[in-house]
Amino acid sequence: MYDVAIIGAGVVGGMLARTLAAYDLKICILEKESDVGMGATRANSGIAHAGYDAEEGSLKAKLNVQGSRMMEQITKELGVPYRRNGSLVIGFGDEDRESIEKLYARGLKNGVEELRVIDGEEARRLEPGLADGVTCALYAPTAAIVCPYELAVAAVGNAMDNGAELLLDFEAGHIEKKEGYYEICAAACSQGGCGSPAEAEREDSLQGKEPSGASAFPQMPQPRKVCARYVVNAAGIYADEVAKLAGDGSIQIHPRRGEYLLLDRECGDVVSHTIFRTPSKKGKGILITPTVDGNILVGPTSVDGEDKEDKATTQQGLAEITARARENVKDIPLRKVITSFTGLRAAGNTGDFIINSPSQGFVNVAGIESPGLTAAPAIGEYVKDMLAGQGLELRRKPDYQPCRRPVYAFRNASVEEKNEMIRRDRAYGRVVCRCETVTEGEIVAAIRQNPPARDLDGIKRRTRAQMGRCQGGFCMPYLAEILSREMGISYEEITKSGRGSEINVCKTKE
Amino acid sequence: MTDLVIIGGGPAGMSAAVAAYESGIRDILILERDSQLGGILQQCIHNGFGLHRFGEELTGPEYAWKYEKQVRDLGIPVKLNTMVLSVTPERTITATNEEEGIFTIEAKAIVLAMGCRERPRGALNIAGTRPAGIYSAGTAQKLVNRKGYMPGKSVVILGSGDIGLIMARRMTLEGAKVKAVCELMPYSGGLARNIEQCLNDFDIPLKLSHTVVEIHGRKRLEGVTIAKVDENRRPIRETREYIPCDTLLLSVGLIPENELSLQAGVEMDSVTGGALVDQDRQTSAEGIFSCGNVLHVHDLVDFVSEEAAIAGKCAADFIREGSGERCGAAAQADIPAETFLETSLETGIPITTDGKVRYTVPQRITKRKDFTLYFRVADRYRNVKINVVSDGKVIHSVRRPKAVPGEMENIRLKGDLLEGVTGLRVELEELA
Amino acid sequence: MTKREMTCIICPMGCSLTVEMEGEEITSISGNTCKRGAAYAEAEVSHPQRTVTSTMRCDNGEVLAVKTDRPIPKSKVMECMGLINAHTAKLPVAVGEVLIRDVFGSNIIATENKTVQ
Repeated sequence: MYDVAIIGAGVVGGMLARTLAAYDLKICILEKESDVGMGATRANSGIAHAGYDAEEGSLKAKLNVQGSRMMEQITKELGVPYRRNGSLVIGFGDEDRESIEKLYARGLKNGVEELRVIDGEEARRLEPGLADGVTCALYAPTAAIVCPYELAVAAVGNAMDNGAELLLDFEAGHIEKKEGYYEICAAACSQGGCGSPAEAEREDSLQGKEPSGASAFPQMPQPRKVCARYVVNAAGIYADEVAKLAGDGSIQIHPRRGEYLLLDRECGDVVSHTIFRTPSKKGKGILITPTVDGNILVGPTSVDGEDKEDKATTQQGLAEITARARENVKDIPLRKVITSFTGLRAAGNTGDFIINSPSQGFVNVAGIESPGLTAAPAIGEYVKDMLAGQGLELRRKPDYQPCRRPVYAFRNASVEEKNEMIRRDRAYGRVVCRCETVTEGEIVAAIRQNPPARDLDGIKRRTRAQMGRCQGGFCMPYLAEILSREMGISYEEITKSGRGSEINVCKTKE
Repeated sequence: MTDLVIIGGGPAGMSAAVAAYESGIRDILILERDSQLGGILQQCIHNGFGLHRFGEELTGPEYAWKYEKQVRDLGIPVKLNTMVLSVTPERTITATNEEEGIFTIEAKAIVLAMGCRERPRGALNIAGTRPAGIYSAGTAQKLVNRKGYMPGKSVVILGSGDIGLIMARRMTLEGAKVKAVCELMPYSGGLARNIEQCLNDFDIPLKLSHTVVEIHGRKRLEGVTIAKVDENRRPIRETREYIPCDTLLLSVGLIPENELSLQAGVEMDSVTGGALVDQDRQTSAEGIFSCGNVLHVHDLVDFVSEEAAIAGKCAADFIREGSGERCGAAAQADIPAETFLETSLETGIPITTDGKVRYTVPQRITKRKDFTLYFRVADRYRNVKINVVSDGKVIHSVRRPKAVPGEMENIRLKGDLLEGVTGLRVELEELA
Repeated sequence: MTKREMTCIICPMGCSLTVEMEGEEITSISGNTCKRGAAYAEAEVSHPQRTVTSTMRCDNGEVLAVKTDRPIPKSKVMECMGLINAHTAKLPVAVGEVLIRDVFGSNIIATENKTVQ
């Protein structure tokens, strides 16, 4: 019996798990994908918003500003790259000026610090690449950039290091309210029955399971049913469906598609701030921002869709980004695109975050659209308080470790540090990904650390290997070899991103 | 201080090392990131290499072995599994490997021979999903030929570069069905003989003026939509066609891998994507030479070896002359055959082109000596004359029955021709 | 009279060859820039041949690069692949070592060195 089961290992579920892991609780995180942070967390702008966007008095506004203030400390503890680069909402002409003044006023009410309205000239001084037509801007020095999937990986990893359990490939298919607890069955097993109660009981508790890396490998038998006194639904775009499983039909989530282009690090100095267009009737517009890894990200489009799995990019979308980015920043080298992708944001039906409790012990955390990444740490605290209000007993764990074990990034280290890494582990002397200078030592660490990378994309998100300009063309076969060796599985079983995405179909000589 | 450090142990690096040794330099070190010498040749198991250089048809590994044997027999030191992290203009190299950790080497001369990499999918901006099953042709070649695994059974290839064509045959021989090779341009970028023996032999359709416009499949590739393109290379909607397949191979161009060259402050040529060099393959950074696919992408390894031998020999000369003493060295009697024209690349004789000739290597001349001018043309031409023009006068010209972008051409030029020349222009003249 | 156009595959020049024939008899070959091109054209119209390059399974589970040491009839290429795939090379192997004898008039030889690891 778990104290808390969190459905969804995105940045929201992950931050909540980490928050709760500070207390003496038995926690599990259920994730339907083969890795954490695979939904909206994986593909978004990576901005820690200052907090002037959301309407005053809304949950969004409150949690955004709180989260923005917490982010620096949390990223430091978790060893996640974070940079306070400031943002500019740029305006062209009087109409935009009016909107910017409104945003400014709203920002002040929301408690955003250091916010200023500046003229076009000052804006161009801050950001020389801005279009000539820019007449004014809202400058928010507290806005920052952070890597969203690294934050989710680190948060879940830190929660696991503090005892939380992660069950991957576990899609909640059935939720039943019992006497004082909930029973959650995985989708596949809810169709075929959950097995005998005795078996369920045995599978229910991973007795003696070490909260260390090697435990979550795919050959590990995974329980198909868990019981928990409290359940938090943080299922992202599927939060409406999970709520329905628990009998709550009030939530509707639809996927809002956002396409992005990522530019080579070679053009990393095109902009240093995050550049937004003044929101208008035509929408929020395309943003241009540096990423913490030194690339330039351009996007997103914003198209409401139906299909919750449709992460395809479209020709129209990519063309739209290209055209609109050029309006905002001069000479943006769109020829230097290294990849494009689509993110699906979980758009709710209320306009605000939906954080409520339809029944005792069950909490929805739904509709966490922008600024969800920024708000995630604050949402964790908020939900923790809600659960406590419903009787969850919070006793601080004496051995709680808020800091994640450091992840050694070879490329950022000094010569002395590099030598020290190699002295401790020779594998740090072997560069595997040449575009991003990632060593075998880092790859192995990503596979062994919590939550372990189990496929090529998992390695990519944790180490940046394959994320450079050759996009894995050179290192992918080596990475597959390391995965195969470390996980004890055959080369054919190596996947790009979970079951069904095998990179090879067979041996040549069979 | 090491005399000569060669970065990259592929065909270029090995050839440069051997040539430098033969020119009398003994203190040579090859740094190679892989666990064996040979570079990309090791996965190019097909034949067709070595006709120029060795007069026989060899496979990639056989060609590599011929050079590796020389490197071994000459006792030239090699550090394998060693990654160079940086090169400074002052020729300090920082590298790493498992045994030594981070180490630095001061070199009297450096030959850059890092090769090239393939252009990935992202750069093409193809719409659709991002499933498993999309590989650059060279990655697939590595999986099939070195690892012994089949990345798929039902294949579409985008781009008709040589690696794509070779892989069409290779996948077919190993039992896969190659459904089509799509080429954006109205002609193939690969060698004519590869179209013959890799596609025609197996009835694999080559769809010219076609591209992949959409990728389908969530976990693993399920199919691609292809379309014909108009003369501006824009897809024509009505011609869209869905092809089910589990694998898409990309053979859409190679990019010289010049991160280290840029760090070393080497001036680049935006057309080749490689360094700007003189006839010795010396870059704008004194004592730093560049050759092989890192300098410009070759279609034949034989020419890589030839070019690298020039770089190796000239690096050896440079070391003997003493770095920074080039003008002084010119005055010395032991190199009478070569007259120094200028002291640096910036002030050397520039070689320009007319656009029909896309680029030349070298791009500058700093010494008056015989040299071979390599170049590529921008389009397909039949029956042409290549003119080398100085001050409006044709000083040398050669005829070619055809010239195509996929095949690098060369002309040998006499040093005497450079008498009084202040600039050269290479032009393509279409004959009736 | 029949005319056949082909691309010579002997060297990277890839000359466009034209072979004119009266029935089975070749009356002219043009487009070639060397003698080997003419020989290729002649063979190509009567008994086309190809060198096969591939890999062979090794006893340690890895693969080894191999080739036919001379061209074999084009019609036998897939059959030749079958024979190569049915064979396992015993390591160590050196470049040039014969692995299978008499395969459609050629031998299958190793094109790389491989030691047991």
